[in-house]
Amino acid sequence: MDASTSAAAHHESHEHHGEHEHHELGWWRKYVFSTDHKVIGIWYGVCGLLFLFFGFSLMMMMRFQLAYPGHAMPVIGGVLSKIFGPGTMDGGKMAPEFYNSLGAMHGTIMIFLGVVPVAFAAFGNFVVPLQIGAPDMTFPKVNAASFWAFFVGAAVMVASFFVPGGAAKSGWTSYTPLADIADKGPHYHLIWNGQTMWILGFIFLITSSLLGAVNFITTIIQLRAKGLTWMRLPFFVWTQFVTAFLLLLAFPPLEAALVMQFMDRVAGTSFFLPTGLVVNGAAVHISGGGSPLLWQHLFWFLGHPEVYVLILPAFGIVAEIIANNSRKPLWGYKSLVFSVLVIGFLSFIVWAHHMWLTGMGSTVSAFFQTTTLLISIPSVIVLSAFFISLWGGSIRFTVPMLWATAFLPMFGIGGLTGIPLAFNSADLYLHDTYYVIAHFHYIVAPGTIFGLFAGVYYWYPKATGRMMNEFWSKVHFWPSLICMNVIFLPMFLQGMLGMHRRWYDGGQGWTIGNEHVWGLSGFQWNTPISWAAWTMGLAQIPFIINFFWSIKHGKKVDDNPWEATTLEWTAPNRPPHGNFVITPVAYRGPYEYSLPGREKDFTMQNEPVEETERTRRRPEPETVLA
Amino acid sequence: MEIPYTISTRPDTGLWNAKVGIWLFLASEVMLFGGLFSAYIFLRLDALPGEWPHGLLNVPVGAMNTAILIISSVTVVLAWAALKMRRYRAYWWYMLVTILCGIIFLVVKLTYEWPQKFEHYGAKLKPEALAKYEKYLGNERRTEKGLEPRVEITGHLENHEALADPNIKEFEIGLDPVYVEPNNPANDRPHFFYVPPTDHVAKIDKEDVERNTSFGPWHNQYFATYFTITGLHGLHVLGGVLVFTYMWLPVSKKVYQRNPEHLANRVEVSGLFWHFVDLIWIFVFPLFYLL
Ligand code: HEM
Ligand SMILES: [Cu+2]
Repeated sequence: MDASTSAAAHHESHEHHGEHEHHELGWWRKYVFSTDHKVIGIWYGVCGLLFLFFGFSLMMMMRFQLAYPGHAMPVIGGVLSKIFGPGTMDGGKMAPEFYNSLGAMHGTIMIFLGVVPVAFAAFGNFVVPLQIGAPDMTFPKVNAASFWAFFVGAAVMVASFFVPGGAAKSGWTSYTPLADIADKGPHYHLIWNGQTMWILGFIFLITSSLLGAVNFITTIIQLRAKGLTWMRLPFFVWTQFVTAFLLLLAFPPLEAALVMQFMDRVAGTSFFLPTGLVVNGAAVHISGGGSPLLWQHLFWFLGHPEVYVLILPAFGIVAEIIANNSRKPLWGYKSLVFSVLVIGFLSFIVWAHHMWLTGMGSTVSAFFQTTTLLISIPSVIVLSAFFISLWGGSIRFTVPMLWATAFLPMFGIGGLTGIPLAFNSADLYLHDTYYVIAHFHYIVAPGTIFGLFAGVYYWYPKATGRMMNEFWSKVHFWPSLICMNVIFLPMFLQGMLGMHRRWYDGGQGWTIGNEHVWGLSGFQWNTPISWAAWTMGLAQIPFIINFFWSIKHGKKVDDNPWEATTLEWTAPNRPPHGNFVITPVAYRGPYEYSLPGREKDFTMQNEPVEETERTRRRPEPETVLA
Repeated sequence: MEIPYTISTRPDTGLWNAKVGIWLFLASEVMLFGGLFSAYIFLRLDALPGEWPHGLLNVPVGAMNTAILIISSVTVVLAWAALKMRRYRAYWWYMLVTILCGIIFLVVKLTYEWPQKFEHYGAKLKPEALAKYEKYLGNERRTEKGLEPRVEITGHLENHEALADPNIKEFEIGLDPVYVEPNNPANDRPHFFYVPPTDHVAKIDKEDVERNTSFGPWHNQYFATYFTITGLHGLHVLGGVLVFTYMWLPVSKKVYQRNPEHLANRVEVSGLFWHFVDLIWIFVFPLFYLL
């Protein structure tokens, strides 16, 4: 414990925790089947990061097919063919069905097994109880159940690659009727086929986030430390709070839809199968009367809130890091809080902007265009507040800060390119092209995932007591930043030239793509994009090594290495079961940096307000700027 | 390490943890069933005239099940109140009644209501063949009166072998009473009491039939939603019964002896869940049995 925290400790209630129950848990109970929020968080984090890399690898495979359509993949192709079995990469060439499996699973894995587990479950679990001064989550056993449900769901998803016919092939959105009739017939098992396993795995994942969401919200409501009022919560806690509500309320309708798709596939119902459906030239023997659009509505009712599940935690992480490294209070804390609340609410009523092409009529379109544009207002407020927070700060470019600053323009590009999509007239042209791919990847890849890296580098010392190596972190950062842009910027062009997002040949036979932009035709851009993707794969190696190496060999640091203000930094590094040596009490807001008249430039939340402070009128954070 | 507010309330929120948790969980359950009910509305509005059947379920049995669930919702409150008054014996009895109600509900569903559907068949006629079976359908009169047309003939399938054997050219269906007297005004409205199929057997050319299936989920959208929603509801009832049983067994008496409030809280929370399950049924009953 460093000097500042122990000084603060003197003022606190001396209520000791964790002194009675000292029965030792066995290794398995302590590190694997643990109910400690930190252990669960770390497990989620490690699994999630692995899945991010796995999902990314699937995309690296697809990028070969796009850059060199129909060519055999050298060396690796043979290995992949062995792993995934016949009919996938025979002779090193990628089969179209396999390409589809890779695409569908890339999306599913990145979002539901990668980003959500890391952004929500890992950071939420590890950081939230510490930031609110709680000993653990309210329901530790439920928390463990949540992790194991995730684990089973993930296992089912991965296993689906190895059943006859391979993994699901109908996109991460699993649009019906396509998904209803996929992987069905004499060559497929009724249950153990790609699409059905996708459904089953998904139901486990939904259970997992349901349990997590209930736990997070209850914890934030019930276990805030004494004095930690709502407006004193770190912004990160607010983002997790809203995220949890999105998961809680948006996932169940998708679960309902999954149950119906399951019934369609297994019990012979026709929820999503229209009357008169013809497959491969033959009428299907079904009752019909179903509605493919129903699936789309239920899917996007989750799907859109889900994109905010992906971005809000990143907002939170970036906010913490920006305040910490600009050594200034976060600008516009209240507007930030209200913005995320508004985003949370509005994100439930914009979903049909993913469905402009279904011809929903002008009244309905007008409604959804309006709400979609409305939701960009709070998003812009958030981004602006972050930029203004930097203004006039004495910025330290620590490693987390590098990632956090890179987040800002990247998210900006992603958000701004969403605006044309919000208008159905523009979207009719752009829908299902690489433009859409570029739009959302700018938000989730160099946006959210950079935010996640920022968070890993930022809280790593709390979890391990050591820093990650700075040099190798930079070797990770710069190539990642450059590659991200080489990958996604040209996709806007490809999309505007009309390249469809699901073309297996990368648009070889596509004529308008022959128009040249910056010296390459739309199709030819596939090659540099793919090389950038593979380079980015390599750029993750320093991170992976650094991550594990630093556990033992990183530089040892004290409890508050970043000189931050929030409560998690008052706990000892590698906090014990129960977290705090002294139950914290909060006396002030979360970002009291550079308070005038103090010798240090940060004042932690648990430092009581002194008499001198009371009498001197403290300037509002906003006016510190001028 | 102790988690605060597991049993006592937090002063500024006035709640203990599990109570917050269960309400959140129920909010998510509302969305789950909300998704299913909106599917019901969507599909029903989309259904072509005559394709959404009426009066196929046994209303008195459904009404009885409704009553059973309501009774159990009352007894679970009494059980909770008994714990609050520290009368464990009374709690034990009320809980037992609650559990039995749940079990009876499930038994009625699984041994009577569902299996009965699988024995019932409906032959959906091709549109061009409808006129040929006018004497069973009575569509002329129905059109005149502005009623939806009948598009299928239902009852007991007398020759099951016809389903698989292409050499048999006809289905023999022991008609439901509606098709025996299609023009009887009494048959314009669904019956309150269930009337079984008659001995009157109609022969229907397979040629004229689009699909002939039992009343399983595959039969039409009505049965698809019926089985899916009541199935999921049934799983919730089962879940409730299991949780209640755990609280009724001697293991929970130990909790009571350590801290009676703890068991009371548990019963309160699971009672809330039980009320929710009951409430869902209150929606299911009119949507499928009455409307
Ligand atoms: C800020 C304002 C935003 C607007 C106006 C906007 C608008 C849109 C629209 C209209 C589409 C549908 C395009 C189409 O399919 O043709 C879309 C797709 C998408 N957006 Fe955004 N968006 C915004 C922010 C975000 C954010 C913050 C995220 C994620 C964190 C996001 C993630 C996505 C994803 C994943 C898709 C594609 C889903 C798919 O079809 O596979 N968007 N966006
Ligand atoms: Cu959206």
